[in-house]
Amino acid sequence: MMQHLPILPILLPMIGAIITMLPWLVNKIQLTRWVSILTLLCNIAIITLLAWQPDTIIYQVGNWDAPFGISLVADNLASYMLLVTGLLAIPAMLYSFSGIDRQGSFFHPLFLFQIMGINGAFLTGDLFNLFVFFEVLLIASYALLIHAGGKAKTQAAIHYVVLNLVGSSCFLIGLGLIYASSGTLNMADLAIKVSVIKGDQAILLQAGALMLFLVFALKAAALPLHFWLPNTYAAASAPVAALFAIMTKVGLYAIWRVFVGIFGDQAGELANFIAPWVWPVAVLTMLVAIIGTLAAYSLRRLAGQLIIGSVAALLFAIALNNPQATAAGLYYLAHSTFAGAALFLIADMVSQQRGKADDRFVPSRPVHNARILGGVFFVVAIALIGMPPLAGFIGKFAIMQAATTTSQMLWLYPLMLIASLATLIAFSRAGSVIFWKHSNAKADEDAQVAWPQLTAVALLITLNLFMVIWAGTIFEPLSQMANQMHQVGMGG
Amino acid sequence: MEIAIAFCIGLLSACGLFLILRGRTYPVVLGLTLLTYAVNLFLFASGQLVKGQPPILGSGSSYTDPLPQALVLTAIVIGFAMTAFVVILAIRARADLGNDHVDGKSKPKDITKEVEQ
Repeated sequence: MMQHLPILPILLPMIGAIITMLPWLVNKIQLTRWVSILTLLCNIAIITLLAWQPDTIIYQVGNWDAPFGISLVADNLASYMLLVTGLLAIPAMLYSFSGIDRQGSFFHPLFLFQIMGINGAFLTGDLFNLFVFFEVLLIASYALLIHAGGKAKTQAAIHYVVLNLVGSSCFLIGLGLIYASSGTLNMADLAIKVSVIKGDQAILLQAGALMLFLVFALKAAALPLHFWLPNTYAAASAPVAALFAIMTKVGLYAIWRVFVGIFGDQAGELANFIAPWVWPVAVLTMLVAIIGTLAAYSLRRLAGQLIIGSVAALLFAIALNNPQATAAGLYYLAHSTFAGAALFLIADMVSQQRGKADDRFVPSRPVHNARILGGVFFVVAIALIGMPPLAGFIGKFAIMQAATTTSQMLWLYPLMLIASLATLIAFSRAGSVIFWKHSNAKADEDAQVAWPQLTAVALLITLNLFMVIWAGTIFEPLSQMANQMHQVGMGG
Repeated sequence: MEIAIAFCIGLLSACGLFLILRGRTYPVVLGLTLLTYAVNLFLFASGQLVKGQPPILGSGSSYTDPLPQALVLTAIVIGFAMTAFVVILAIRARADLGNDHVDGKSKPKDITKEVEQ
């Protein structure tokens, strides 16, 4: 039974999605909600069980042997990412119970299909299979993005869909080049073969790998491929935007898998060939994120810019290319996902209570539930700025500590600290305008925060607190994982 | 044969790229379709081109690599579904936004005005 565990995080959301699509469930919203939340709970139970296994479980789908069939690799890194996704999905789903899931059709199946795609992308041990799961999560995200409709969503969706379709084409070209030069698409097999490839074939392989980097950077919203993100995330409905907080991390995870796992230290001629690219990309992304943070004119846009900032910090962690940085990056990844998602949810609750002013930083009628909303806003702001005592501080601190050489420190320290300062300024401005500087109009008494909304945000904040209290316990397996990644490459 | 295939792929992707960079959704969708064709051909050629041989080991003097064929099949199906989606989305955008420009409007919007409102 245990050896079949890795396929379950893919199958389970799929089955849940199919059940919630059945005709006799269409108008029974309560029942649908129960089915989807139960699916997500089972999903997290299975993932916990999977994460509990100390060894890597390799699952050959259909029992085809390794380089020919499709393998799923449930190593520690994959289980960790699955855990983060599973933990994020529950509050995001819970938030939609406030009525957002009824604003359009098929919210629950699409949400579960998206979880299936993300889980699959984390588990797969095959590059072509990674492409397939990317497409699964993308097509679900296209439809989720325009959930509930409206001009802003349609407009953002056009850009998002076209860009990602071009990305998919580039992905396939990259895969074709890699297959042509190495004869395999299995990650573990490729990691072995890459060390002996030389000459012309190595150049072809490098071209293919760079095409993949382009696609992953597009998914991760690294500069200069980040322009789609603020619009898309600001337009999406709150639970969708919260779930999308993990999407950029899928791109970063893929960069880790391919460029540390396959083209890492032991890749012969092509060892770490991406390194000179990642560092400048990280620096530029961080600079643009800082400017964007200061220029953001609404809470959702601010959240989008902060996501780009977290991507930049993670790119730094990848560029530092040592086990300590990787462990710190993985910790920061979980924190930024939870905190970023929480900010999207809070932005939605705030905009519900401010009438036409929405979530823009302009004075308007007072927020009705100002104490509760202001309180959670304050906590999430502290987490995202990276001030003690919340997890953002530990994450940023650990990444900065991992810088070893002077030149690295010279770039990393000022940028990370200025980013924190910019975030602090942006949040002070946002908080004081939204919660304090209001007109004389009366607060909207009808606009009440619903319990699923508050529970969702409370869950995300609790996760953040857990990450602080048990930071040591979390870092221990993360460091082991990072050491493994850097010593033997992944999946090998 | 290599030159012919390479020429086809190059022409298709050049036309595809040109159309993707156009401002209206219809040419963009067509461009995406052309690019998908180019990519499919490219993937097909990635297993190296062999003439008149079956993709089965031991049934002829030589064999064609069967894996790219399987990959192309998957890529075609996915590309087909995505094109269908983008067509529907483009029609929806034409209805929602009142024009078929990819940005939803022909002139760039003045953001400062929106903030002041």
